[in-house]
Amino acid sequence: MAKITLSNLRHSYLPNPTGPADYALKEIDLDWNDGGAYALLGPSGCGKSTLLNIISGLLTPSDGRILFDDKDVTDLPPDQRNIAQVFQFPVIYDTMTVRENLAFPLRNRGVNEAKITERVAEIAAMLEVEDMLDTRAAHLSPDNKQKISMGRGLVRDDVNVVMFDEPLTVIDPHLKWKLRSKLKELHQRVRATMIYVTHDQTEALTFADQVVVMQEGEIVQIGTPVELFERPQHTFVGHFIGSPGMNILPALVEGGQVMFNGQAVSLEGKVTGSGGVTQLGIRPEFVSLSNAGIPARVRKVSDVGRHAVVETMVGETAVKAVIEGNLPEQGTEVHLAFQQNQTRLYRDGWIATEVVS
Amino acid sequence: MKTENQRAWFFVLPVLLLVAFNALIPIMTVVNYSVQETFGNNVFFWQGLDWFEQILRSERFHAALGRQFMFTGLILAIEIPLGIIVALSMPRKGFWVPVCLVTMALPMLIPWNVVGSMWNIFTLPNIGLLGYFMNDVLGINYDMTQQPVSAWVTIVIMDVWHWTSLVVLLSYAGLVSIPDAYYQAAKIDGASPWKVFRYIQLPKMKTVLTIAVLLRFMDSFNIYTEPFVLTGGGPGNSTTLLSIDLVKIALGQFDLGPAAAMSLIYFAITLLVSWLFYTLMTKDDAQ
Repeated sequence: MAKITLSNLRHSYLPNPTGPADYALKEIDLDWNDGGAYALLGPSGCGKSTLLNIISGLLTPSDGRILFDDKDVTDLPPDQRNIAQVFQFPVIYDTMTVRENLAFPLRNRGVNEAKITERVAEIAAMLEVEDMLDTRAAHLSPDNKQKISMGRGLVRDDVNVVMFDEPLTVIDPHLKWKLRSKLKELHQRVRATMIYVTHDQTEALTFADQVVVMQEGEIVQIGTPVELFERPQHTFVGHFIGSPGMNILPALVEGGQVMFNGQAVSLEGKVTGSGGVTQLGIRPEFVSLSNAGIPARVRKVSDVGRHAVVETMVGETAVKAVIEGNLPEQGTEVHLAFQQNQTRLYRDGWIATEVVS
Repeated sequence: MKTENQRAWFFVLPVLLLVAFNALIPIMTVVNYSVQETFGNNVFFWQGLDWFEQILRSERFHAALGRQFMFTGLILAIEIPLGIIVALSMPRKGFWVPVCLVTMALPMLIPWNVVGSMWNIFTLPNIGLLGYFMNDVLGINYDMTQQPVSAWVTIVIMDVWHWTSLVVLLSYAGLVSIPDAYYQAAKIDGASPWKVFRYIQLPKMKTVLTIAVLLRFMDSFNIYTEPFVLTGGGPGNSTTLLSIDLVKIALGQFDLGPAAAMSLIYFAITLLVSWLFYTLMTKDDAQ
């Protein structure tokens, strides 16, 4: 178990990167505490797998250092870093039995047989795979294969960090939920530092204590699931997390007033900075229909069960609202109210309002 | 209610006729010859299984069969490991991949009799490049037209030159289909290169290797043209493999009955050994 520090990390797949556009990872500074459950969340191609491979040692970064408990491991190969990684597609050794698969990392390190037997039994019990220990691993279902590849990571008691690279991709939907809670449970039992890479917000938010949101090789925000949902630091986070995502609306700052479509809107707090492109951000959950407020026309109503998503047009801009109870008819004129303490201003994508505490 | 009609037979009929015309009837002709004796004039006498008995008891057949198994055994023992080693050392991506693949494929594109002639000229003592080099530069007494050992070395190397590429290409196809994650996981698990080969590469190559072994077995067991062009079965009978011997009996001596019986035995052995290989190599999958 270890604390992981990434310092001034940059990586480019090109031999001679020139501009920032050549970097798959731009300037990453990060501390991960020992025993934490972290998620790296971002769309495909945002650099999260690159970052993961750098931590595991499969890639050497162009610049910067990686420290495990203040020990520099940047130049160490994967097998000397004491890490474990679970891949998108389950990696198992087809010709071996489940037992041999679980024992493999220990055998390679010359651990004595008594210890191996003990550890394998322990991990098998934890993963609930005792009854399949003597079956050939090739015959397992995808979710069990994925459990075994997890087990190969957990079987070593000296693991610094266990990393998951979108591990539920090939798992059937009804088993995803089961495996996800198993993961959470495992984390609580072994207390190893775990890093979970995904583009699925539900997976990230349910697994992690801390979520790192990435976009185009940069970290946009680090926070608890609640923080990410309630106060996105960047419009990308607002949009990427939540279903539907945050409404990002064009806004003008005129004489201390923030105007949206000609109407003054009150914000959560004082506006900071000046210039740039300004936008309003408000989650659909905090937009409500009222008697007075911003006039809008209902374009579409989709009932998703517990609530409905009402899509309205304010001038040329679409504004979504999550509504429970009475639903407006399509095409009717309504008025929208924005909950003040959830209405924020973003300048060039980054948050530009202060919280009143 | 299931309605039954016989219309399906009409769809199978053309294929049935074609197979009958090009396979069943010729084979049955051979079967026909194998149980009869003729002295010409299209007059045949029933002979029963005499020809089979004669062939199976003949020392000439035993010797040819022995040479055949030795040849095929050497071919498999050299080409399969060599093919795997070459495939493992080929690049997986980049500029050299197509270069390697095309170079590998070249020998296979050359017709059998051309390969035989090429190697004949190449290895002739004194005038062939290799023959000259061995005798006059290295001073090794090498003459495939006179010495059985030289002849054997030459036909084996010729086949290795001609057909190892097939094993290489099949193994390579198996290797490139292994996702990177396997190698990464093996690195993390601390597996040695040998273990990577034993537990990742070899199992993933198994299907294509089964095909490679079967193809190389059948082709080398039935080989005719190349050794025939190169040595004509000589010196003496030292490189007279089964097919060469068969042609000698059938067309040289015109002993149709024994030749037919020998063909059927030959066919049965090829089939049996192929079945054995296939069963042994796939038995793990069935468990």
